[in-house]
Amino acid sequence: MTSATGIGARVVRTEDKRFLTGTGRYVDDLPLARATYAYFLRSPHAHAKIKSIDISAAEKSPGVVNIFTGKDLVDAKVGGLICGWVVKDKNGEPHKSPPHPVMAVDTVRYVGDTVAMVVANSYDEAKDAAEAIRVDYEVLPAIVDLAKAFDKGAPQVHAEAPGNLIYDWEIGVKADVDAAFAKAAHVTKMDIVNNRLIPNAMEPRAAAAEYDKGTGNYTLWSTSQNPHVLRLILSAFVLGIPEHKLRVIAPDVGGGFGSKIFCYADETMVCWAASRVGRPIKWTAERTESFQTDCHGRDHVTHAELALDKDGKFLALKVETIANMGAYLSTFSTAVPTYLYATLLAGQYTTPLIYANVKAAVTHTAPVDAYRGAGRPEATFVIETIVSKAAAELKMDPAELRRKNFIPAEAFPYQTPVALQYDSGNYPPIIDEAMRIADYAGFEARRAEAKSRGKLRGIGFSSYIEACGLAPSQVIGQLGGGVGQWESAQIKFNPTGNVQVITGSHSHGQGHETTFAQLVHDRLGVPMDQIEVVHGDTSTTTFGMGTYGSRSLAVGGSAIMKATDKIIAKGKKIAAHLMEADVADVVFENGTFKVAGTDKAVPLAQAVFAAYVPHNYPLAEIEPGMDENAFYDPANFVYPAGTQICEVEIDPETGIVEVIAHTAVDDFGNIINPMIVEGQVHGGIVQGVGQALFEGAVYDKNTGQLLSGSFMDYTMPRADNFPSFKLGYKVTPCPHNPLGVKGCGEAGAIAAPAAVMNAVHNALAPIGVKHVEMPATPLNVWQSIQGAQRAAAE
Amino acid sequence: MYDFAYHRPKSVADAVALLKGKEEARPMSGGMTLIPTLKQRLAKPSDVVDLGGVKELAGIKVEGGNVVIGAMTKHGDVATSADVKAHIPALADLAGHIGDPQVRNRGTIGGSVANADPAADYPAAVVALNATVTTNTGKHAADGFFKGLFETALGEGEIITSISFPKPEKAAYMKFPNPASRYAMVGVFVAKTASGVRVAVTGAGPSVFRVKAMEEALSKNFSSDAIKDIKVPATDLNSDIHGSAEYRAHLVGVMARRAVDKANK
Ligand SMILES: Cc1cc2nc3c(=O)[nH]c(=O)nc-3n(C[C@H](O)[C@H](O)[C@H](O)COP(=O)(O)OP(=O)(O)OC[C@H]3O[C@@H](n4cnc5c(N)ncnc54)[C@H](O)[C@@H]3O)c2cc1C
Repeated sequence: MTSATGIGARVVRTEDKRFLTGTGRYVDDLPLARATYAYFLRSPHAHAKIKSIDISAAEKSPGVVNIFTGKDLVDAKVGGLICGWVVKDKNGEPHKSPPHPVMAVDTVRYVGDTVAMVVANSYDEAKDAAEAIRVDYEVLPAIVDLAKAFDKGAPQVHAEAPGNLIYDWEIGVKADVDAAFAKAAHVTKMDIVNNRLIPNAMEPRAAAAEYDKGTGNYTLWSTSQNPHVLRLILSAFVLGIPEHKLRVIAPDVGGGFGSKIFCYADETMVCWAASRVGRPIKWTAERTESFQTDCHGRDHVTHAELALDKDGKFLALKVETIANMGAYLSTFSTAVPTYLYATLLAGQYTTPLIYANVKAAVTHTAPVDAYRGAGRPEATFVIETIVSKAAAELKMDPAELRRKNFIPAEAFPYQTPVALQYDSGNYPPIIDEAMRIADYAGFEARRAEAKSRGKLRGIGFSSYIEACGLAPSQVIGQLGGGVGQWESAQIKFNPTGNVQVITGSHSHGQGHETTFAQLVHDRLGVPMDQIEVVHGDTSTTTFGMGTYGSRSLAVGGSAIMKATDKIIAKGKKIAAHLMEADVADVVFENGTFKVAGTDKAVPLAQAVFAAYVPHNYPLAEIEPGMDENAFYDPANFVYPAGTQICEVEIDPETGIVEVIAHTAVDDFGNIINPMIVEGQVHGGIVQGVGQALFEGAVYDKNTGQLLSGSFMDYTMPRADNFPSFKLGYKVTPCPHNPLGVKGCGEAGAIAAPAAVMNAVHNALAPIGVKHVEMPATPLNVWQSIQGAQRAAAE
Repeated sequence: MYDFAYHRPKSVADAVALLKGKEEARPMSGGMTLIPTLKQRLAKPSDVVDLGGVKELAGIKVEGGNVVIGAMTKHGDVATSADVKAHIPALADLAGHIGDPQVRNRGTIGGSVANADPAADYPAAVVALNATVTTNTGKHAADGFFKGLFETALGEGEIITSISFPKPEKAAYMKFPNPASRYAMVGVFVAKTASGVRVAVTGAGPSVFRVKAMEEALSKNFSSDAIKDIKVPATDLNSDIHGSAEYRAHLVGVMARRAVDKANK
């Protein structure tokens, strides 16, 4: 069906009305009668022994209700926080699992590690009391420098992880790759750092909890991307509250980017303490706490080598990466630099042999876990910078070298040497379209014009592939994942014909309430304003896996489609009865059941009414009601792909890099709402450019203090840093899901860093700069230029 | 924040009286610096004396060869003032690049100058234009007013009432913003005045400072070429994750040359 609001229409986001008029409802907005307020005392040290904690003065502080420390949790036999993905190392041994106490017991391991929880009548009183807690620390040396984490004599983070090594993992056959390198006509080598990022969702993490003494029920409101998964973790592993006695609600959530997938100490404590305090507890992170304690992203040190034959065909790729886990293993941390990273190293290319070795390290820094793209930006950055570097070394056009190595359209489904099987794609038309939009042909003229103004202009490509909508569950299980990767949907009509679409995924800014309504509208003909999308509450939604990894439409939307199939199938039976026709003759078109070749028709709403008021109804054959559940477990990942082209100008005097133009052409399969997709791509590009040019978490190498701990020092990308983006699409529908869709939420952030850095390198190459690390800040670029000038002078 | 007593006097005299004798009392103008400081519990004043109700402190006047700006005048008002734009466009330009619109609509010139943040923009204008800082007790010449990191010549309980800027012949300000905070990482104000050329640098050091070598060169030849070989030593300059002292020293040269070019336009 095509309509102004169906699939493919630019429907204005229905949820924006409440977000833009201040009527959204976030965790912090909850009016909870008799609420208390929690404040967490955090470690000021990166590494220290806790010799003693004296809360006696703090307990007497005005307004204090309760104070808890790690010891209270030990006494109450509360479990530690878990890592839900078991990665097996080279030798088949499970990764090292050092304990992750909810609050520190005898040792603190990063600045921000939780030491005590103060609950008081007001937030300020809780803070006052926290200042009166006396913690006697014995400060110990800390390791925050990832490249040195495995050094002999490096401070040790956990006794359970000797040498700070969590796992030494590999994929591919090293001997085969080495053999291919031995025959190569050219080898390009590269050492790069993938900088650590701090997510900075607009809404900081928050939690509130209430315990009902009468029923023994807990309600936890949390800024979660996956309330069912959070409940499962808290119930089964950490708090032992039976799942049916714990309701988790994630109301409106202001952005997550991955950082709100995980089960943190804070919501765990708020939930646990609610029954002890006997009053509701509220907590909202201050921005500094967010900087210190939200899981950070990326943070790799990598050496990569690409072997090419004399014609520029890729023969083999070899990658060695050290990945930072931070001080503790967060919920999905172990999977990110392995199954979400190394399995992507084929990119869009036919590289026949790939070997990757990933060593995960613990350090005295905040835990690191999935952040928009999770592993795939890191993989794309490795591939796309080394390919451009190879092109530069071989004096080949970077687009030409890419084209030479693209997986041809006829090769799909394509089995890569690193486990994944790409289902669909057609890469050459994407790069052609991107080059057309970006006017690649006119670049040299623009470079010359910029030079006349004293500016260095550069252009960079990034042709990414990503795998999103993790699946199928069986494979995820074989790889060590601790959960299923299906999604649920329920379509629940009311007797008057309007409908609730209940999804197990969660929207925290992505616009699912609009996109999913469009699907149902398109499929069932129900007007948009008669559809309500319900998500985020374990009591009102069927168990679902939540939102991350660009899965919601591909997996959650597919579940919705399955549920609509069931609605239509049942409706046909009802309509056949009402029209006294054979079910086989009933068709469903534009929201109406018809008998082909007759003028008999039953609108869906009439069938629904009949189902709830079954006075004339085939009760012997079917049950009353119009309420269908579906679960969808995909056959494979989906594989969006695209090319971004970035054009920058650099002021060599100041080192400032300006993004002049940024083009993105993507294949997201079929597109449901182009406006929402554009928004996702725009935001993704901004985050990707943010990583390339602005953002970087910096810890003091000696003290382990977070130097970039506020917006005064952590550079967020801002609107005035960007030109208008130029977007384009090519569509190869996904062959294995009912909508033919792929994910679009992370692509922008996955592709952009390499496009930007390739442009930066392209701009600086004429003046002899070999390498600039991310973020390419003015200081960094200026120092690189200085270095090149010094080298030239020598 | 910690508890404090809040006062909103109507006159300078009342404000001064409220501040007097209380060691921990603090005046507040726009609150753009003070309130975040309180929220982070970095200050614990006994009393906050809000100058927002003191009408006589706001406003811009042209008095002879001077533009006199009341202490409570907001950055946004300086940026858009027809008088400032006509007589000292460089000052309007500077004010228009402080922070963001919210900050410019709250933050004041008096608060900024009194605060003497090493990365603030106004101190460069005050020094380069050889302004006079007027307070409830007297007048301070620009040179000598900024004493160091967050340190001025203001005495206890002394409040700024206005700042008087002599009209320059030519002037311009070039700011290299800190990428994260967008305060000045290096800001150079260059002014050619009746009494000579002055070059004042903010952001680069612990406090605003003049570059005498550049002033001398520019006095002879007010062109960017005249200072192209003058290097500012990196010693004593600030160094942080956004800029090493060497980088800041380099940027002082770049921004100074660009400021001269801008002034000559
Ligand atoms: C997000 C943000 C960005 C900013 N960016 C910039 C920037 O780019 N450049 C820049 O220069 N500044 C910047 N600022 C600072 C801003 O300009 C503030 O307005 C200024 O620093 C203080 O002015 P205020 O009126 O808010 O003073 P307040 O915060 O009210 O006071 C500051 C201090 O001065 C004292 N004080 C206030 N008024 C007087 C007075 N009349 N006499 C004596 N003492 C007084 C107070 O007691 C206090 O100690 C930024 C601020 C923010 C929040």
